[in-house]
Amino acid sequence: MSITGGFFHLGASHHTAPLALREKLALTPEKTAALGARIGALSGLREWAVLSTCNRVEFYGVAESSAAIDCLRAEFCALLECPSAELNAAIRQTSGLDALRHLLGVASGLDSQMLGETEIFGQVKEAYAQAQHRGTTGPVLNRIFQKTFQTAKLVRTHTAITEGQVSVANVAVDLALKIFGELRAARVLLLGAGEIGEKTARAFQSRGAEALTVASRRLERAMELAQALAASALPFEHAPGRLAEFDIVVCATAAPGVVLAPEAVAATMRRRPARPLFFIDLALPRDVDPAVAGLPNVFLYNLDDLAKIAEENRTARAAEVARAQALVAERAGALWRRMEPLCGGAPAGGTRWTEAARHPAG
Amino acid sequence: MLSVLTDRQWLWIAAGFYLAGFVLGTRAVLRERRHPRVAMYGVIAAGYALQTLGLWLRGQATHGCPLGNTFEIFQFTAWSATTLFLVVGATFRLSLLGYFTSTLMAALTLVSLAIPSWDATRRANIFGGNPWLELHAALALFAYGVFALLALTSLMYLFRNYSLRSKHLGGWFSFLPSIIDLDHICLRLLITGVGLLTASLAVGSVWWLRAPPGSVHAVLATVAVWLAYAVALGSRLRGRLIAQRFAWICVALFAAALISLETVDHDRRPAPANQAVSLQP
Repeated sequence: MSITGGFFHLGASHHTAPLALREKLALTPEKTAALGARIGALSGLREWAVLSTCNRVEFYGVAESSAAIDCLRAEFCALLECPSAELNAAIRQTSGLDALRHLLGVASGLDSQMLGETEIFGQVKEAYAQAQHRGTTGPVLNRIFQKTFQTAKLVRTHTAITEGQVSVANVAVDLALKIFGELRAARVLLLGAGEIGEKTARAFQSRGAEALTVASRRLERAMELAQALAASALPFEHAPGRLAEFDIVVCATAAPGVVLAPEAVAATMRRRPARPLFFIDLALPRDVDPAVAGLPNVFLYNLDDLAKIAEENRTARAAEVARAQALVAERAGALWRRMEPLCGGAPAGGTRWTEAARHPAG
Repeated sequence: MLSVLTDRQWLWIAAGFYLAGFVLGTRAVLRERRHPRVAMYGVIAAGYALQTLGLWLRGQATHGCPLGNTFEIFQFTAWSATTLFLVVGATFRLSLLGYFTSTLMAALTLVSLAIPSWDATRRANIFGGNPWLELHAALALFAYGVFALLALTSLMYLFRNYSLRSKHLGGWFSFLPSIIDLDHICLRLLITGVGLLTASLAVGSVWWLRAPPGSVHAVLATVAVWLAYAVALGSRLRGRLIAQRFAWICVALFAAALISLETVDHDRRPAPANQAVSLQP
């Protein structure tokens, strides 16, 4: 069925566009403002909002005719100076109930690269807030976005789609929460200044950790990273002797052998027996001797342990997809029955795929 | 209205509510879902209200604190632990504590109700009209209630510790509170329990100085329990007793304290015929 107008969705996501193309499509605030100026002059586009994340650029709107949507697409191509053939190959366009179901699925994390992630919910909220600020929302989008947020919350609370972390860094943070309850008072030591260590440190900071120290065999690199993380730096050789000052130790060095032996950790625990010490060993070969795990009040997780938990969580989330999709479909259907008369002329369930849209959203 | 049912019947219904809390929590655990906290709190509160009623009726009939036999002691201990859970449990913000509390309360109350011999006779006027002695006993049993809750939080600590060490983090383990939260609460409960038992012994000792107790075993048992908990507290504060060993000891000490209650009550059994009151229908 062809699209004639009404409520629509138009855009590209990680399902249809490779990273290189998504980089071209990404809308900075300046580009969004420029696009707003161009679109504002379009006749027939009653309402619109744009969602731009690292994995998708999608327009949601209400158009009087398909011509208005085509104009929007053309303006988008022109703004980005992207060949329309390349863009057309990646763009997916739906309308009516399909578009609504898509938006609800996106906000619920069902369409995300990392299934069930919740960051997208905030991004959809932000997209809506910006559209409101621009004055490009109206009765249809206002209602639809409000219901979208309700549905996303419903999916989150009634299914396990968002439960459990699926990245190694976030799994490590979750484990720390199971030990320390909250991270504000926890002191984190990062051994090694590589990428994975930095990601993990940032994950800890994003969940409330305030006291972060970086130690690296190259002190200047440690200081550089410490500055980037608003943390403090420590000479690497001082770290084993000062372990007692920390609660969480993220080990991610490129050292060829064990950096922390059981004797050193046992000596540390004698100085702070009542408070647990959590080692996250992300290094290969491992930085922490496995025998450390046998010490009282010491918890040790290595890369394999974390990856296994992440995989289990991914599997558990995948098992919830059908339930979540059913919930989204039910809510979308109920909402569409009320919204259809307001949309004016949108054919229910109309969808058009561009020729090369290879991977429909799951 | 209240006399429609006997005290034991009210206590049976109260035990039924605690059991309902256990069933509610078990159902949620088996489904790997978080149990409804408000519903759990409501069920326990209902059980507590009915248990209070049952014990009040028993107290009215016996003209004093109902601590005259093993049945009453178990009921009073369960009641004390539930009081503490309802008053301060919510501030602990521990998921699953309600489930664990309802489970222990169901076990204590149902076992005491299911063994008729525990409530066949009771010593009448066991405190000889001495309110200080009554206060001593009530404080001691309230301390035992605190230790019951301490045993529960220690058990939760052991489960959390096991889940982190064995790397089994899914299912109902995911609802357990953090190691640090549990450890802090265990310590606070231990301090409270030792404080209450110390106060109880202090009150009792004033009376014992005036009139040496007839039941030396009861005093020794209570002092032994107090000493064991006090040593555990001292060791914990000095960092000598930590982590799972501390939790195991708190669980073991509560089991020992329950057994000691039997000793305390046993000492009172050879009562003169004119003081023993049959409660069997």
